[in-house]
Amino acid sequence: MKNTIKQLDARGLSCPEPVIMIRKAMMSQEKTYEMVVDNPVSRENVTRYAQHQGYLVTVKEQEGEYVLTMTKSAL
Amino acid sequence: MDLKIRTCEVFFKVLYWPYVKNRLQVTESDELRGTLMTSSKKERFLIAGVGALVGIVSVLLVFFGNPANMGFCIACFLRDTAGALGLHQTAAVQYLRPEIIGLILGSFFMALGRKEFAARGGSSPMTRFVLGFFVAIGCLMFLGCPLRMVLRLAGGDGNALWGLAGFVMGILCGIFFLNHGYSLKRTYKQSFPEGTVLPIIEVLLLVLLVTAPALLHFTEAGAGPGGNHAPLLISLCAGLILGALAQRTRLCMVAGIRDFVLFREWTMLLGFAAILVSAFVCNLLASFWNPGFTGQPLSHTDGLWNALGMLLAGFGCVLLGGCPLRQLILSGEGNTDSAVTVLGLLAGGAFAHNFGLASSAGGPTTAGKAAVVIGLAVVCLIACVNTFVPKKQG
Repeated sequence: MKNTIKQLDARGLSCPEPVIMIRKAMMSQEKTYEMVVDNPVSRENVTRYAQHQGYLVTVKEQEGEYVLTMTKSAL
Repeated sequence: MDLKIRTCEVFFKVLYWPYVKNRLQVTESDELRGTLMTSSKKERFLIAGVGALVGIVSVLLVFFGNPANMGFCIACFLRDTAGALGLHQTAAVQYLRPEIIGLILGSFFMALGRKEFAARGGSSPMTRFVLGFFVAIGCLMFLGCPLRMVLRLAGGDGNALWGLAGFVMGILCGIFFLNHGYSLKRTYKQSFPEGTVLPIIEVLLLVLLVTAPALLHFTEAGAGPGGNHAPLLISLCAGLILGALAQRTRLCMVAGIRDFVLFREWTMLLGFAAILVSAFVCNLLASFWNPGFTGQPLSHTDGLWNALGMLLAGFGCVLLGGCPLRQLILSGEGNTDSAVTVLGLLAGGAFAHNFGLASSAGGPTTAGKAAVVIGLAVVCLIACVNTFVPKKQG
């Protein structure tokens, strides 16, 4: 697993596009992904997907946008 | 005293054994995963509950006067609305359906209350209009939107099985393009008033319906499906309640199958199943259950065209990001692209009746078949252009 942070911008995209985006990105097996989304539906769907893939997700809200930080727990 | 406390402890341990068992095993991340599982469990209960309610309310609406197996049908109701506004002249299908007004306003108020109202738009609105238009054509070939397809199945209408097969095929076509990078591009923030235009139009339509119904075109009682409707207040309340709950749960007929295929995520599929089961049980209780293929209410028996109609609808809905119901809900949340899609559905409904494209109990029309084939070609073209034509960066 690479020890880098991959950043993704999914603002303005509607579901399921952000989830497809994170699914493609997760193939590269980074330790951490950071994704910005701008609607609650994308926030929920991306969070759910990342959790199912075994990532820990934290969400920060900034002026109507959400920054999701997804980190693979070291197992 | 000590014994009492001890007994209580044992009692609770037994009651919450699955939880206690987890606590006994574990690492921190497992525990966290446990809480996450609980929250997704809650979500599943919620969506199944709302799905069940949609089934119950739909059968109740039929009980109160809506056409058979049509507690809700977004495509049919928008078509009736188009008729009421004089956009088509087919006298049998004209009524300003309060359910549509209720769904949009229910979603609008729920979104405002949850601080989720956000005016957004600009993601290929004209393309969405065209997609909405052809989704309506596909639905009216089959005689029902995806929601009515489920309600028809729950009423015993075997023809809807063809529809379901076509619908799933259509969704699979859409998923192929999604997996290859299909996108209608990003939306952008719009001004607050821009997001409220469609909800305000709905309020005005409601005022018109209550105060000056003589200005609108209504099917006379007994002269067609437009003449069958539940009392205004019941229809409106049903729309408002389900609109609010659909906003809360993001209920969508397309997302269930789509997300299951794409991500093995079956939460939304649970809503789909819950509507089917609860409407089926309610139909049994109300003696509406009537299994078979022939003589089904407001449907025809041409399997191929039932399937192709829903294939067009399913394909188009995946490209739009949601079924007609979801488009109404999103338009209530301030999504102007979805509002344009709703106008596309409305225009499609009007065209379908102005040019004899809609099926009837007698079967599909030749013009309708041609329109569905053209629709499939156009939707394919839209999918290809928005998937394979290189995009500019930025």
